[in-house]
Amino acid sequence: MQFVLTEEQALIQETARGFFGEYVTSAKVREVMQSETGFDSQLWHGVMADMGFGGIALPAQCGGAGLGHVELAIILMEMGRTLCPSPFLSSIAMAAPAIVQAGSADQQAQWLPGIASGETIAALGWLEDGSATLSENGSDYRLSGSARYIPFGHVADMFVIPARGVGGGLSLLAIPAKTPGLRIEKHVAIDLTRPMASLHFDDVEVAADMVLGAPGSADATYARTLDLARIALAAEQAGGAEAILDLTVQYAKDRVQFGRPIGSFQALKHRLADMMIQVETAKTAAFYAACVADENGADLPEAAAIAKAYCSDAFSDCTGNAIQLHGGIGFTWEHDAHLYFKRARGSATLLGDARSQRETIARILKLGEGN
Amino acid sequence: MRTGFTPEQEAFRAEVAAWLNEQLSGPFLSIRGLTSYSGMVEERRAWERALGEAGWGAVGWPKEYGGRGASLAEQVILAEEYARAGAPGRMNHVGVELAGPTLIHFGTEAQKQRFLRPMLLGEEFWAQGYSEPNAGSDLANIRTRAWLEDGPNGKEWVIEGQKTWTSLAQYADWIFVLARTEDGSQGPQGISFLLVPLKQKGVTIRPIRQITGDAEFNETFFDGARTAAENVVGKPGEGWRVAMGLLSHERGASSLAMQMNFRNELDRVIAAANANGAANDPLIRQRIADAHVGLTLMRYNALRTLSRRDDDTSLGREGFIHKIYWGTWHRKLGELAMDVLGAPGLVAAQPEYDPEDLPRLWLQSRSDTIHGGTNQIQRNIIAERGLGLPREPRGR
Repeated sequence: MQFVLTEEQALIQETARGFFGEYVTSAKVREVMQSETGFDSQLWHGVMADMGFGGIALPAQCGGAGLGHVELAIILMEMGRTLCPSPFLSSIAMAAPAIVQAGSADQQAQWLPGIASGETIAALGWLEDGSATLSENGSDYRLSGSARYIPFGHVADMFVIPARGVGGGLSLLAIPAKTPGLRIEKHVAIDLTRPMASLHFDDVEVAADMVLGAPGSADATYARTLDLARIALAAEQAGGAEAILDLTVQYAKDRVQFGRPIGSFQALKHRLADMMIQVETAKTAAFYAACVADENGADLPEAAAIAKAYCSDAFSDCTGNAIQLHGGIGFTWEHDAHLYFKRARGSATLLGDARSQRETIARILKLGEGN
Repeated sequence: MRTGFTPEQEAFRAEVAAWLNEQLSGPFLSIRGLTSYSGMVEERRAWERALGEAGWGAVGWPKEYGGRGASLAEQVILAEEYARAGAPGRMNHVGVELAGPTLIHFGTEAQKQRFLRPMLLGEEFWAQGYSEPNAGSDLANIRTRAWLEDGPNGKEWVIEGQKTWTSLAQYADWIFVLARTEDGSQGPQGISFLLVPLKQKGVTIRPIRQITGDAEFNETFFDGARTAAENVVGKPGEGWRVAMGLLSHERGASSLAMQMNFRNELDRVIAAANANGAANDPLIRQRIADAHVGLTLMRYNALRTLSRRDDDTSLGREGFIHKIYWGTWHRKLGELAMDVLGAPGLVAAQPEYDPEDLPRLWLQSRSDTIHGGTNQIQRNIIAERGLGLPREPRGR
């Protein structure tokens, strides 16, 4: 049995925890989340260029470190602990895998080194709901419709957008942000630490080389991309759940009512115990799924659904409990509990909620088939 | 970090599986798949002997006492293959898994020589005498007393008191008993860990009928029961430490071992849901998927604990969650099973009170969040030891 971090992985964890712990304080998060871009370019440079975290799971020939999804999960867990407002998840864990999966060698060479180094910020259209339509235009294509609710879409330099209409299946398109006819609508996101934008395509001209791989052939690669992204997000959720548990435990030790620390009352300690069960199992889920990704297991869709379902519920439950156990102070803007609560809600919906993941599992288990 | 076992561990698995399959297809075919603990006692005794003689009876024990000195990982692999092969429930699991390791850790050499071999070969079965009517979660509140008297063969312990929930005592030859041996002592002090023969005049065993209708456990009365003075494990008065030592080596191994059985049960629930159409109900689909998620993660929680290097403290807290996790999961599976079955699950096929396997699972699983430390006690342990929260004030 080797289901434990290797020494190298433990070192990465320690390094990442030190880095994010030092630079991403609560005060920093609050400053950044109210800024125009919603992220800190100096911190971004630190994460990507100085620490080299951006390339951790990318192949070496694409400017990556050639490590794996366990290492990526470690980084995201630490970012999740601090609620780090950053396009890291959307660029590195959502968009980059799409290019790795679907792109030709030339397309990978065109985009990935810049994404890995942080010079290029990428974002993925994850809500594939048929609202973007591709049509033929001579030897090129045209794109119309929209791609909604893209994290950090307002600061991205390029997008990977799924669209139907050519070749029967799904096409994945690499669209630079400055493409004429593309309008970027920035939203006021409920989770201020993860701003969102929607894209509107008004007959955008798409050159043939902007199609990743062959048109109409990206269903499997897009599905795999979403699975890998879910695993990375699950790790971020697990980290957030752990941090809010730690914060709440500390409060329960410090806060005195009825002449006792409130953490000595079973009404609170039992709920905190249930939170710990969820937190530890969430970490297990994220690392298990990351291992399956690294081992190229055929059960990747199942592992991703398990991790996303469990971690979504765990993070949501823990943050709700955190507000309750903090009492009145937990309902204030001043306290960080609401930032975790909102991040948990956003993350639960992003890339498919727990209910949809469980339905995926039900189909994998072939429930109800053959009746 | 990897999900699988090492090649050496997989080789061990293949060896175990081959032996189990050979035995259970041949001489022990009649007890393959036997889940109930009642009946076929002689066949089970022979099975215990076969396991012991082949070196599979207690692989975690050191070699000199008939074990293999196997790692926790290998013990888990054995347990998984044991369940997969449909081998019968261990009639002597209290001996091999509880009494044996305690003797190996705390016993004298003479005690080891006297007790371990008959235990391993199924010649002597064991029961556990811990709980009492007024000592459940508060185990240190035991009242059973013992004192030394002169007997025909030298000094003997004389035991007075009552133990309860003594599983399989009706088949057992020996029981280990926590008894108060210092007058006026309270709590964990003044308790001794005694080994007592069950088949004697001073012992009365009365079966307790459970909510399933079975009587797997008993109440056991000690009325002047006797055992030789040397049958005390550890020093007299220091038995609490021995009793707690028994509980400390577990590290999630047992929850990993049970999962093969849990998987079989979940498969039966799924088969029932597919057969009666419940699998098309969106809420049932959600709950079955949730059960699958829970069981998969139960496995990896346990693997995580078992994979830890002894010097690694970074992933430690999950070690406290295994008991409440599997107990709660199993209880929910029982409830799901009943919802899947619908009205046909409300009646038994037999004329006597003998529920079918899924209703029986529903009833049996109610005990899982109680025995071995209730969910409420588990939450106290998690909160106090895992999270470092202050202790609940106590009455004494």
